Order: sequence, then structure tokens, then C-alpha cells
Amino acid sequence: MHFFSHFGRYLRMLAAMFVRPEQFRMYWRETLRQMDDIGVGSFLIIAVVSIFIGAVTAVQTAYQIFGNSLVPGYYLGWIVRDTTILELAPTFSCLILAGKAGSNMASELGTMRISEQIDALEIMGVSTEAYLIGPRLLASMIVIPLLVSVSGFLSVVGGYTSTIASGYVTSDEFIQGTLTYFNPFNVQLMLLKAVVFAFLIASVSSYQGFYVKGGSVELGRASTRAVVYSCILILFSDYVIAVLAL
Amino acid sequence: MIEIRDIRKSFGDQSVLKGISARFDAGKTSLIMGSSGSGKTVLIKCMVGLLEPDSGQVLYNDRDFFAMDSSQRKQVRTEIGFLFQGSALFTSMTVEQNVMLPLSMFTNWKKERMLERVNEVLDRVGLENANHKFPSEISGGMAKRVGIARAIVQKPSYLFCDEPNSGLDPRTAGRIDALIQEITKENGITTIINTHDMNSVMEIGEAVFFLLKGEKRWEGHKDQILESQDEDLDHFIFASPFLQDAKQAMLKHGGRGH
Repeated sequence: MHFFSHFGRYLRMLAAMFVRPEQFRMYWRETLRQMDDIGVGSFLIIAVVSIFIGAVTAVQTAYQIFGNSLVPGYYLGWIVRDTTILELAPTFSCLILAGKAGSNMASELGTMRISEQIDALEIMGVSTEAYLIGPRLLASMIVIPLLVSVSGFLSVVGGYTSTIASGYVTSDEFIQGTLTYFNPFNVQLMLLKAVVFAFLIASVSSYQGFYVKGGSVELGRASTRAVVYSCILILFSDYVIAVLAL
Repeated sequence: MIEIRDIRKSFGDQSVLKGISARFDAGKTSLIMGSSGSGKTVLIKCMVGLLEPDSGQVLYNDRDFFAMDSSQRKQVRTEIGFLFQGSALFTSMTVEQNVMLPLSMFTNWKKERMLERVNEVLDRVGLENANHKFPSEISGGMAKRVGIARAIVQKPSYLFCDEPNSGLDPRTAGRIDALIQEITKENGITTIINTHDMNSVMEIGEAVFFLLKGEKRWEGHKDQILESQDEDLDHFIFASPFLQDAKQAMLKHGGRGH
């Protein structure tokens, strides 16, 4: 199928979500379920990865800058904080979420399509795009920025722990660094990235699952495509946002 | 009553439905039969709007389905019950939640009232104690019954069943057929069943439509099948030497009842 046909269908799918819900409480319940799935279900992996990414970033940065005696020790906390907020927390977390939550969305919707559950809803008169994709999109755009914020915090904690443990800087120096030159715009940019990435993960993965045709082989391929396309789009939009915002 | 007029549907160069017209009356079980690839599933999907025909009309009590806007179609769809070949139960929900879903979506009833209706239909299909079971915990026959319960929970005017007996043993299949027919009579529903199960045709086929290569080849009551001179119909229904012998015996003794 041609790229433009897919893109047109993707836009139609997004447009089809903006209808009046048949029953608001059913949509809200589904949104809560998705928030639980994405948020609680992904918290552990995000936490573990964030701590280690922060730790590795801090140690490697320390290795690079402390050969030069002109660089003050507190710079380490500052660099780790800003690297984490601007890039590592939103991008790393969302690449992981594309793999975990994105593939889950694609395979769940794909299974529903193959086993005619989506047809069953459609025949009942339910707006299937709105009921199945809308809550996933909304839940992602609420929960993923929260996860990214937690990821940012834990990365800094990881960085702090590793550098103190390895003796590169003192605790006071690192904390001083994390409080120096703080620009709230960086946090806004992190949240903006998180919202955009969340939209991409949920919409692209849902699209792949919702329109799957065939059987288990095609379902596996759709799930893989969901992850690959989400990752590429996250990296591309990361670059575009950076260029436009900075 | 449902009427279809000159329904045509192609996929690429392949013409699957070649101008099918038929009328399905309320309170009767109408069967669409045909071999695999004859177009019966495409036809039923066109009738409920899962596929859009290239041309033709589908009239629900004289309301042209494809001339309606989306909100009118939604309204008609709430009057439709559909039993899928694989039951299409929501695997993350219990039997009770599956059956309750249409009520939760389209009524403002309190939970107690919904539960009462759910228990009523589960009772009607013979599943009194299955409320909290998941689809993975029940048999194929039970899943079909849950599918029927979900299809009738909103008291539909139209009931579609796509191969309701596939994958079931003959005894369970017979029970499902009887259940569908009873529900049709009790509620005056327009019921359309897609099948290639000859037992179903001969037991509950009050109106039978035989499709062959996308065309309606034959139409009549089940009792007229024996006297039909249509060779293709004869080959389809009495496909094996055993069934041919059975047919000869029936003709010799003046029909099935003797």
C-alpha cells in the first residue's frame, strides 16, 4: 500500500476519534485501564533504566571532564541534570515505552481485529476508533509525561549515587551543580517532547494494530512495525523539536 | 423485515457478489447457504455495513441502510444482534461483562437492572452459572451461547448468525439451531443464518437461499429442496453417496417425516 494511502487512513483514524462518546463512563473506564496498563505496567522498567542511564552518564562525564583541573566539580551535577532533562529522560523513556506499551497496543488491537472483536463492537453501533484508540491516546498523553518526569528525577539520583560512590565529586558539589543555572524552560521542553512522543507511540501503534489483516504472522509484523516506526518518528521529532525550540 | 436489492461487490477484478436480491421476513429463520467462496460471508457483511457494496440497497423495514448518515446507521445497528463464527467474545471480560457491554454502552440503566437483564438472557440460553467465567474457561458450545446472549440482550429486531455451528459436535449444533429458532419465534426477529451445515438447513430452514459463485441460484422452503431439479443445489446438499442414498430413501417414502 502506498505511503500516502496509509497516511490518509491514519489521518482518517485520528479524525474518527472525535465523536460524541456513546457512554462517557465506559470511555473513562477504558482510559483508566489504559493509564494503569501504561503507567503502572511500565514504571519498573523505566525506573531501572533511568537510574542506570543517569549513573553511566555521570561517571562517563566525570571521566571526560576531570582530567582538566579548570572544570569545577559542581559542573558534573549541572551537566547530568540538563542532559537528563533535555534528552535522556524523554527520548530514552519513550523509546523504551515504544517497545513495551507500543507493541502491547498493536498486538492487543490486532488480536481484537483478527478475532472479530472490533467487528462485534462496530455492529453494536460503537464508534470503534473513538472507543478503542481514543482512551489509549489520552492515557498515553497523561501518563507518559509523568513517567518521563519520574525518569528525569531518577536519572539525576542515579548520577548522584554513582559519582559519590566512585569519589569523583562530593555530595555537596553534585547537589550544588543540580541547583545551578536551572532554567524552567528545559522542563517545559521535556514535557513537550513527552507529550509529542506519547501521541506518536499511541497513534502509530494503534494504527498498526487496528488495521491488521490476516493471522498471527501479520500480527507479529504489525507489532514490530509499531515499534520501529514509533522509534524512528520519536528520534525524528526529537530533532525537529530541538531545532525549533533551542 | 430485511430486503436486499441487486447487491454487487468486487475486490479488485474479482466479482464476489453479482447482483443478489432477496427478502427476509420477520419471525422466520432464513438461511443463506453455499460452499466456501460462494460469497455468503461477504453478503452478510455487506448487509450489516461491515463492507460497503459497490451498488445495491439493503433495506431494514424499508429504511435504506447505505443512504443513511452515520448517526442513523448507528441507530439501526443497535437493533442488530450478530453472532460471529468464532463468537468474538472479549477475552479480557467475563461472560457477564461480555453480555452486559451493549447495555452499558447504549442504556442509562442502573447496574442492578442491567444485571437482571443479563441473568435473564443467560438463563434463556442455558448458562445460569457462568457469569464470572472468562471466555478461555468455557467450551466452544458455551461460547456460542454467550454470543447469542450478547446478541439478544438488547432485544434486537434483526439477528445475524455467521456459521453458528462451525466447530461444534452435531448434538450441540442441533441445540444451538433450536435455540436460535426459538428466540426468533418468541421475539418475532428477522433472523439470517449463514451456513453450510446441511442439518441446519433441513431442520430450521424456513427460507433457504442457495448462493453459487456470487449469484443467488435457488430460493425456497427446506421442504422444497428434495423436489428441486437444480443440479448444483442437489450436488451441494446431497454431496456424498450416503446422502444421495438418504435422498432416494426419502423420496421413496414421501419425505423426511415418514
